[in-house]
Amino acid sequence: MFQASEIKRIIEAGIPGSTAIVLDEANDGEHFAAEVVSPTFIGKGLVQQHQQVYKTLGSLVGNAIHALALKTYTPEQWAEAGRS
Amino acid sequence: MGKERVDQIVKGSDVVLFMKGNKFFPQCGFSARAVQILQAAGAKFETVDVLADPAIRQGVKDYSSWPTIPQLYIRGEFVGGSDIMAELHESGELTKKLAGE
Repeated sequence: MFQASEIKRIIEAGIPGSTAIVLDEANDGEHFAAEVVSPTFIGKGLVQQHQQVYKTLGSLVGNAIHALALKTYTPEQWAEAGRS
Repeated sequence: MGKERVDQIVKGSDVVLFMKGNKFFPQCGFSARAVQILQAAGAKFETVDVLADPAIRQGVKDYSSWPTIPQLYIRGEFVGGSDIMAELHESGELTKKLAGE
């Protein structure tokens, strides 16, 4: 069982300057959805952006964290999405 | 050894989806979504059931440094998991990648 707030803390600690919104979508402590905004994503492809997030969580994803639906944004993309 | 077999598989076909189950009986919601996206994009693709082979299941994760299944490869290149597939499909980029543009 994991808390969404703990995943948020791990991602934000692992990616300097990032903000993560993490939801326990199924309310089961295993399936989460995360939106991550970070200036470090600028100029990187989607695969690299997602890999950066997965890296912060190490072996948790696929094990204790069964699934993590992920969406990444640069600050500019986040502003364009009208969510900030 | 799992990684080497993955390498052979992704270089052996144009479009390969590593998934749980097969396209008719996906064993996981994310794999089901990946199949739906490829079908909606009109792709001709092969699938590999990672549940049938633990070495492939681990090998494909090591191969791409990507911790989850499904995983899509087009002409040997790792494209992403189901979230990225959905994004690329929405923007029309997936169709372009499939067509080799």
